[in-house]
Amino acid sequence: MGKRIGMEVAVAVAEAVGLCNIDMAAVYPITPQSHIAEHLSDLVANGQIDAEFVTVESEHSAMSAVIGASGAGARSYTATSSQGLMYMHELLPIASAMRLPITMAIANRAVSGPLNILNDHTDIMPQRDSGWISVFVENGQEAIDMSIMAFKIAEHKDVMLPVNVNIDGFQLTHMVEPFEMPSQEEVDAFLPPFVPHATLHPAKPVTMGAFAMSDYFTEIMKAKDEALLNSKKVILDVWDEWAKMFGRSYKPVETYKADDADVLMLTMGSMGETAQMAIDQLRGRGVKAGLVKLRLWRPFPHSEIKAVLKNVKKLIVTDRAISFGGPGGPVFSEIKSALYAEASRPLIYNYIFGLGGRDVAVGEFVGMVDKVLADTKNKAADTYEFWGVRE
Amino acid sequence: MIEVRWHGRGGQGAVTSVELLAVSAIAAGKFAQGFPSFGPERRGAPVAAFTRVADKKINVRSGIYEPDVVLVLDSSLIGLVNVTEGLKPDGKLIVNTPKSPEEIRTALDYRGTLALVDGTGIARKEMGVPIANTTMIGALLKVTGIMKLDAMKEAIEHRFGRIAQKNLNAMKRAYDEITIYN
Repeated sequence: MGKRIGMEVAVAVAEAVGLCNIDMAAVYPITPQSHIAEHLSDLVANGQIDAEFVTVESEHSAMSAVIGASGAGARSYTATSSQGLMYMHELLPIASAMRLPITMAIANRAVSGPLNILNDHTDIMPQRDSGWISVFVENGQEAIDMSIMAFKIAEHKDVMLPVNVNIDGFQLTHMVEPFEMPSQEEVDAFLPPFVPHATLHPAKPVTMGAFAMSDYFTEIMKAKDEALLNSKKVILDVWDEWAKMFGRSYKPVETYKADDADVLMLTMGSMGETAQMAIDQLRGRGVKAGLVKLRLWRPFPHSEIKAVLKNVKKLIVTDRAISFGGPGGPVFSEIKSALYAEASRPLIYNYIFGLGGRDVAVGEFVGMVDKVLADTKNKAADTYEFWGVRE
Repeated sequence: MIEVRWHGRGGQGAVTSVELLAVSAIAAGKFAQGFPSFGPERRGAPVAAFTRVADKKINVRSGIYEPDVVLVLDSSLIGLVNVTEGLKPDGKLIVNTPKSPEEIRTALDYRGTLALVDGTGIARKEMGVPIANTTMIGALLKVTGIMKLDAMKEAIEHRFGRIAQKNLNAMKRAYDEITIYN
């Protein structure tokens, strides 16, 4: 049986990955991800796991190494943050195009400049169109569970795509908190061995990452899009299987007191639990507020989002990144796009906040709901605002 | 839920203490969070670290702005850092110092509950080093009653191995010797 323990979340993620019978990891240290790299290399060095830890000189090399290793049939893992992820960027679509089931933790951190090491989502958002499955977690337990499930999803024969698990830097990675760590036996029972479709081997040569000009490129892009869209079925199956085995269930879109809500707030990542406390406060004084947590970012859960937002009058979408000079936050524009063809749509307010580690307390979530409810002329709907910015 | 803010200097082990405390509280069946003030840290520079302990699942993930307890690991920070900032009116201030309560009250213009112990003196005698982070856990447990002193044993042994007992002895002395002034 799993054991309830207290541990720093980044270390726990490395422990969880250590239970997954990985063949190799290539991780270059960067704050706030470094504790994953350090602990994973400890596990290898101490002989606790039988894997190769490739010490690389950069994140570009880390991603290159896991691409090569995954192509050779190795269960391969990496982790990064911020500038490290930006440095990997050009390789991410290659990993997905080659249909390599790599898994990666992203300890989300602001992208420079100015230089900042703290948490927001400006690192993952530029990777949105890389063709990776992308999930968000809001606490240490979810970080552990998703890190293990990522292998099973990625390696499923109907998926064969890389997965990134977004774990808010510091707010989650540097937090000592309680969770249940599955046992080795449980993970072994859940996660079958990786059986690659094809491997790079001199005795049986294949080409991976071939050249394609205009005659095939469009078809390959469509195939990649379909692969990502079709992965949702497997994602749901794997999450269901996890729920049956461990009693913790996950959905692409999760809700809290949303059913009868007049106003809903949507969050991604670690802010969800704090926002939940705000909902409780608001409900306490009779405000029908509810929360929507977007867990699955890619493939985007269109049908689930539409179902959850069907009857609500006002929706607050929170974003921890911005598309400069564009429509506002990336989550906001995605939600708007998903609802465009619906007959009944909520007014949508976009608050961009929590950038570069700016803390957001319970009262601020309450303040957002109060402000939106007070907007009787609906003046602020359909545009964005930097919440709490000093001007 | 009890929220504690620790003040120390980089290298004095405030972060280690909040980790040991959270791990032990969780092992004792409680819910807890232990976290540093996020960002770069330098040896000798003022740092803060935080502990939350509760009987139910803790959902809040924002910082601690109105602590129930403030623990000052290094009294030379008094005057440099506003250690009582946000401390609840019925909160408690614990200071590692050989000074008198009057001196501390005057220096901080503070009239609330105060608890003093010479943690560094105890650490020197029991462990031979002026590092009072584990010692002051004893002080905190006495003042707050978060959990029993024994609950720290496993985490301290796991972390400190051969020198665990010295840490436990120092912790026990701080627990026994701290004086609370209401």
